[in-house]
Amino acid sequence: MSKPKVAFYWCASCGGCEETVVDLNEAILNVVAAVDIVLWPVALDFKRSDVEKMPDGSIAVSFINGAIRSSEQFEMVEMLRKKSGLVVAFGSCAQLGGIPGLGNLFDRRGLLETVYKTCPSLTNGNTTTPVTSTKVEKGTLSLPELWDTVKTLDQVIKVDYYLPGCPPPPNLIADAVNAILSGKLPPSGSVLAPDMALCEDCPRRDSKPDKIQLSGFHRPHEIIIDPDKCLLAQGLLCLGSVTRQGCGSVCVNGNMPCTGCMGPTSHVADYGAKALSAIASMVDSNDEAEITAILDKIADPLGTFYRYSLPASLLHRAYAAGTNGGKK
Amino acid sequence: MSDKNSFEPRIVAFFCNWCTYTAADLAGTARMSYAPNVRVVRIMCSGRLDPQFVLAAFREGADGVLVGGCHPGDCHYQEGNYKALRRVTLLKRLLKSFGIEEERFRLEWIAASEGDKVQRVINEMTETVRKLGPLHLEKPDITASHETVKVAGVSAGGTR
Amino acid sequence: MPRQIVVDPITRLEGHGKIDIILDDKGNVERAYFQVPELRGFERFAIGRPSEDMPQITSRICGVCPTAHHMASTKALDDLYKVTPPPAALKVREMLYNIFFIEDHALHFFYLGGPDFVVGPKADKGSRNILGVLGKVGQEVGLKVIGTRKELRELMILAMGKAIHPVFGLPGGISKPISKDDRPRFVKAAQTAVEFGQFCLNVFDNIVLKNPQYMEYITSEAYTHKTYYMGMVDEKNRINFYDGPLRVVTPDGKEYVKFPGGDYLKHLAEHVEPWSYIKFTYLKGVGWKDFVEGSDSGVMGVAPLGRLNASEGMATPLAQEAYDMYMKTCGGRPVHFTLATHWARLVELLYAAERMQELANDDETYSPDVRVIPTEKPTEGIGVVEAPRGTLIHHYQTDDKGLITMANLIVATQNNAARIAMSVDRAARKLINNGEVDDGILNMVEMAFRAYDPCNGCATHTLPGHMPLIVNLYDREKRLLREIRRD
Ligand code: SF4
Ligand code: SF4
Ligand code: SF4
Ligand code: FES
Repeated sequence: MSKPKVAFYWCASCGGCEETVVDLNEAILNVVAAVDIVLWPVALDFKRSDVEKMPDGSIAVSFINGAIRSSEQFEMVEMLRKKSGLVVAFGSCAQLGGIPGLGNLFDRRGLLETVYKTCPSLTNGNTTTPVTSTKVEKGTLSLPELWDTVKTLDQVIKVDYYLPGCPPPPNLIADAVNAILSGKLPPSGSVLAPDMALCEDCPRRDSKPDKIQLSGFHRPHEIIIDPDKCLLAQGLLCLGSVTRQGCGSVCVNGNMPCTGCMGPTSHVADYGAKALSAIASMVDSNDEAEITAILDKIADPLGTFYRYSLPASLLHRAYAAGTNGGKK
Repeated sequence: MSDKNSFEPRIVAFFCNWCTYTAADLAGTARMSYAPNVRVVRIMCSGRLDPQFVLAAFREGADGVLVGGCHPGDCHYQEGNYKALRRVTLLKRLLKSFGIEEERFRLEWIAASEGDKVQRVINEMTETVRKLGPLHLEKPDITASHETVKVAGVSAGGTR
Repeated sequence: MPRQIVVDPITRLEGHGKIDIILDDKGNVERAYFQVPELRGFERFAIGRPSEDMPQITSRICGVCPTAHHMASTKALDDLYKVTPPPAALKVREMLYNIFFIEDHALHFFYLGGPDFVVGPKADKGSRNILGVLGKVGQEVGLKVIGTRKELRELMILAMGKAIHPVFGLPGGISKPISKDDRPRFVKAAQTAVEFGQFCLNVFDNIVLKNPQYMEYITSEAYTHKTYYMGMVDEKNRINFYDGPLRVVTPDGKEYVKFPGGDYLKHLAEHVEPWSYIKFTYLKGVGWKDFVEGSDSGVMGVAPLGRLNASEGMATPLAQEAYDMYMKTCGGRPVHFTLATHWARLVELLYAAERMQELANDDETYSPDVRVIPTEKPTEGIGVVEAPRGTLIHHYQTDDKGLITMANLIVATQNNAARIAMSVDRAARKLINNGEVDDGILNMVEMAFRAYDPCNGCATHTLPGHMPLIVNLYDREKRLLREIRRD
């Protein structure tokens, strides 16, 4: 019996989703023994031509990480979709847009301007900006055009399953691979992680009051953080109550608040709106001016609540020229 | 491009069942005229207003969103309107970062008896939004979108 | 008839690095261009973010060296708030940073670039991967490698929260101390790491250095460029990864300048070409003179090759021995052979292990006093570290609330980018004559890439994995004349 074929691929990603697979340590040898990896650019020889030649549907599963921001990436994932029985969106970038998705606060023009015009270390008087087509002596060089809007994987192709996290924790990857190999899969469209909030699983949950009332917020560098007490109860923006569990509360164990990389549970359409709702309602005041003052301590609501999910939000991106992330 | 005077803003109003919704009814029966630009969604309490509804309304084409709740101290569920106030305060800042002007989103306390206030607020808001012009959220062209489905699942008064 | 060759390592996929070669009328190379076709724009979307979030946001520039970005960013925050962390915080940071170096250099040697050498450049490509390495060095040793890496990663999680995308960096310190109870684990792992470093050098010695053919590759002219070199040093001009001034040496190895990282704008500048999204860093005092070597050209080399050249030795005994041996074999400082980078990397790995050991055995590392609360008003901060792939600079300006108003990032691979472009051009010229394209160009170009370990993930988002190569030879009407592929 031939082994199931598996592909790994990356789009606009950081490579952390590849490293996390290496973090399976010796378990990776079992995975490699059980499946036939037909594509994995980082660790094994690349065989795009072979994949192209394969019949449609012949790859059992493709794990795709990274957000989508150019036609080239789009073509590749479309091809993999055709060749694959299952497609798993791997990591927050593929699932929700991830941190590169914060690019949706701006447009391409602004991005190029910052990097090639206003940056302080450019050659004095630099007037050059990369362009999609450059005439050089005896030839023309081309660069792909970037999309204005970063997209999630399921905004461009059909996705069967999601592995959440930035990057996904190795144990969830191992579970997912086992589930796929044994055919014991949840309904299509599921996120392959427990459908409960991180708080339920957090080692500090006993110190989390049933009803949190906050008379102020702190930024992590402003206070000495108690290593045992619920971070939210200390006034830090810990998003564990609206974030899916499965990471092992690693940030909290690092004595820092959860920033929400595992994304929402299945009942939530828009992670950021949900997080905002949960946090705002904890403000301990009924007075408009006081409420405003307390909430003003949240320096960057959009960047905080949509840290990993701006492209997946109901609004997808910021609009209007000159929108600059909440600053005048 | 579009002539601002001929532009008819679309406003989605989330009104609390116990107060503003009744007031709007009253205004209707009393034939107090208010601008016909408003689509009213009834919610059981302003505290049940999930910020996701507001985003969804803007995404589906609203040029403005109005929220009406009971006056402080009058909420049927004690705390609901204060919760709404806290959420709306932060949501306003969020919307601004999204590029949506603050004036497009408004919270008002309107008692069941205040039909005239409903009329005034709606008219004011319609004029304000008319001046701002249509909200252009050019939708990125999204081919397969799972969240539309999910949002439909978040019914009014559903999640908190 | 001018013709154009496109070497697109990723076929037509979105950008992991691309090479265009233009031929003249006789079919000889006019010029080869190394292009980086992707940009994510972290500098832009940093604007408006709270500065204290930058260590976590910028680590997503690269999941291979997230700790480097996290650390440069955290140091920039110290500077932003003008706060000096307690000694224990600095020691923990430096220890973890060295653990990260061990682990990253090992990853490169065993999983990424190393298989070429360990398994052999001519070996069946199906075996040139970690599995092939295991076959060559033996399963038992292989499992030891995996085991060592695993323990180091676990220690990283213990101290930094996450190994991929750490969370512990704060202006004025770190989020939590390392408990005394964990000391034995760090001490033991450090010992294993030192042995591991020696083991790697042994493997290299046996497999590579004893093989004259490999030595020929290393000293081959195609990868020799006489450029300036830059790296971070301590007060005795020995290598340091975490802190110290930047030292630049001339192509004949003399000190050209030594400056604190905060002065980077005085000494470094970025050149832009319209055909690549990557910016090419060069020495401002020498100036940009195109993609050329020599003392009149501001092009420089960084990363292990550059660092060893820019230093006068290593701060730990075993690494110093390895350094001496390296310099002697390669003909003395500075070493201009790009492929010697593989060896230099292992010398650094051993240093990182020894430095980890020193810090793991230091009582102060386990002191609970790891935070100073910043009190100054934030304005501007610059943080510099050596990333595995070269000098890394983070520079922020903020408003009174500490929200970013300007972020400038000079990443490791950018500092090497001009030199990489030169190697590619050199390889092309050597191998393409009168329109005859030698299939060997694929090997040569790929070897050049791998030695640099160009983390376009930092400059853009790619990993230095096994690069597929496709050479398309077009006539002037863009008709495909010939395709060579190795994938
Ligand atoms: S999800 Fe996180 S780890 Fe994975 S590619 Fe995106 S930024 Fe990197
Ligand atoms: S809010 Fe954070 S610290 Fe508190 S219980 Fe939830 S996850 Fe844990
Ligand atoms: S604690 Fe939160 S941010 Fe950290 S890994 Fe878990 S889900 Fe992600
Ligand atoms: S019942 Fe009207 S706001 Fe709560």
